[in-house]
Amino acid sequence: MHDIAKDQPVKKGQNPFATKAVKLKRRDRTISVALGAATYFILACTLYIFADITFKGIPVVFKTEAPFVNFEFFTKSPETLMTFETEGGETYKMNFSEYSQFKRDSPDVNIVEEHSHAYSGGGIFGPLVGTALLTIICITVALFVGLATAIFLNEYATKGRFMDSIRLAIMNLAGVPSIVFGLFGLMFFCLFIPVVTSEPLERSFLAIPLGGGSYFSFEGWGTCMLAGGFTLAVMILPVVIAACEESLKAIPMGFREASLALGATKWQTISKAVLPYAFPGMLTASILGITRVAGETAPIMFTAALAHKDKLPWQDVPTTPGSNFVAQAAEWGTGFLSQSVQAMPYHIYTVAARIPQSEYTKPMQYGSVFVFMVLVMTFAALSIFLRIRYRKKLKW
Amino acid sequence: MKTYMSDQEDQMTLEPQGEDAPVQDQSAVDALETVIEVDHVNFAYIPGTDVLKDISMNINKGEVTAFIGPSGCGKSTLLRCLNRMNDLIPKAGLTQGEIRILGTDIYHPEVDVIELRKHVGMVFQKYNPFPKSIYENVAYGLRIQGVNRKSVLDEAVESSLKLAGLWDEVKDRLDSSGLGLSGGQQQRLCIARTIAVQPKIILMDEPCSALDPISTTIIEELITQLKQEFTIVIVTHNMQQATRVSDRTAYFYLGELIEMDVTTKIFTNPSQQKTEEYISGRFG
Repeated sequence: MHDIAKDQPVKKGQNPFATKAVKLKRRDRTISVALGAATYFILACTLYIFADITFKGIPVVFKTEAPFVNFEFFTKSPETLMTFETEGGETYKMNFSEYSQFKRDSPDVNIVEEHSHAYSGGGIFGPLVGTALLTIICITVALFVGLATAIFLNEYATKGRFMDSIRLAIMNLAGVPSIVFGLFGLMFFCLFIPVVTSEPLERSFLAIPLGGGSYFSFEGWGTCMLAGGFTLAVMILPVVIAACEESLKAIPMGFREASLALGATKWQTISKAVLPYAFPGMLTASILGITRVAGETAPIMFTAALAHKDKLPWQDVPTTPGSNFVAQAAEWGTGFLSQSVQAMPYHIYTVAARIPQSEYTKPMQYGSVFVFMVLVMTFAALSIFLRIRYRKKLKW
Repeated sequence: MKTYMSDQEDQMTLEPQGEDAPVQDQSAVDALETVIEVDHVNFAYIPGTDVLKDISMNINKGEVTAFIGPSGCGKSTLLRCLNRMNDLIPKAGLTQGEIRILGTDIYHPEVDVIELRKHVGMVFQKYNPFPKSIYENVAYGLRIQGVNRKSVLDEAVESSLKLAGLWDEVKDRLDSSGLGLSGGQQQRLCIARTIAVQPKIILMDEPCSALDPISTTIIEELITQLKQEFTIVIVTHNMQQATRVSDRTAYFYLGELIEMDVTTKIFTNPSQQKTEEYISGRFG
């Protein structure tokens, strides 16, 4: 070992590697600091959002005593929260339904000061259910249409300027603001799309009699989960189509050639030698896109969502008693899909911006946001996890 | 299967098969039956620029015909014309002439390309088994024809794998993925998959170019066995391979068929100057 003293300066004129371009070196350092700052800024924002929501949301969702989870928050729909003080000086806080019960049970209690806080009581069961239904409809429609489009574009259509312009048009859909999709959905799915009905509504644009008392009426589906799901699907289609096309492109040409050379038809080739291997990729990428759309407020605002709804969508679906089972099931299905729903993003918007704020609204706000964030993150993580798994499994 | 190593040593020498080749040559020129007739064919990928120019040749039943020539000479293009794989490329097509297989013009509008490909199978340069089990890979061609009886499939899979010389190596793991095999085994699996649909003709597009020398030898051995049942057309970059496996050789250069003859003659005494330059390695 040589005994080199690092803390001693090199003798003047003896270091051929001393810094000469001082300015350049300083600029280098500045740039690296600036780039790092941008990155850490984003990281700080993300961490702040997560931390704030988590710290304030956890006390709403979890409890300190058994069973540790606030099940009421998940099983009840939003209600008005009542806070009041009795003459005896006791303060109470309860949901509106309990409050009515309380007043009935003890009519002799004098309430001196009471406040109502809209949407701050109960839980988020209604919005959760609504978002789940909207997302399921959206996934079904978007995957079906997106898959069909992607297969057509990638496997059937001959390449050319026309197809390029179609693809460009689809990709441009991704740039359309979500509020525009909301208005489109309102105009098209809620008010225009033709339905078969026995009595056309007054708003119907055109009702073509089909005979037998039924009409082909351009009156739309009304504000309902079907319209909302379709609107969300249209909005997410560019992402789904791109994901599906990407997955199809990743399948080696050799599979198609080998299948065709064995005397398979084009559809046999696609369905047996391409789709089975492309499907996992399509599914996971689409789920990732759909988690994003689940959080959209604007498209469902006009088409599907209500701020408040007492009944869950499957309650109170009208059916005609006495008709046969299939007819009743069909009627129930149609009636069910025609229900409007509450939805998480719209609920969050309502509790955050549309009601008078007080300390009692905070738990509902943070609880909703926390649960929704965890849900969306779980799905996103799941799709990424699935993708990694399938990538490993399907290698060629 | 047991004689690979000894055969390999014989075949590794550069000289064409000296003694037995001329026997075929003289034995029955008249008895040879033409299965593929290429008749003054021009072909273009982009209309206006022909990449095959006035090709005419006859390919005989039960023979191995090799297409050789430098890259871009059109040998693969012609091969892919024979089962109309070029249909996949938009705008590509014959601009002149016709190709008759078993007496029928295969570009006739009434010819169903699906049926054609059942008769004319193809093995590709890059082995491309499906990410399915070995069994399902071989059964694929039959399944798409609607054959689903297990006994029929079992038998077809076994006989095809035996014919492809792969049975003994994979019979205990038919359910494991075809992608788990070695490269040479995968290529033989592809050959088994092709012969399972019982084509009359097998086209091979540089089937050994992605394989190591030992796998190559096994496949070459296989080709010489397969010609008893199938007519084989093979495109190869490897001239020694052409001498080892083929009965006839066609030399292509810049989209033209320069010369086609019995393999021994092409490699010992070609009638064209260009052929001699190529096989002697002066270019290509």
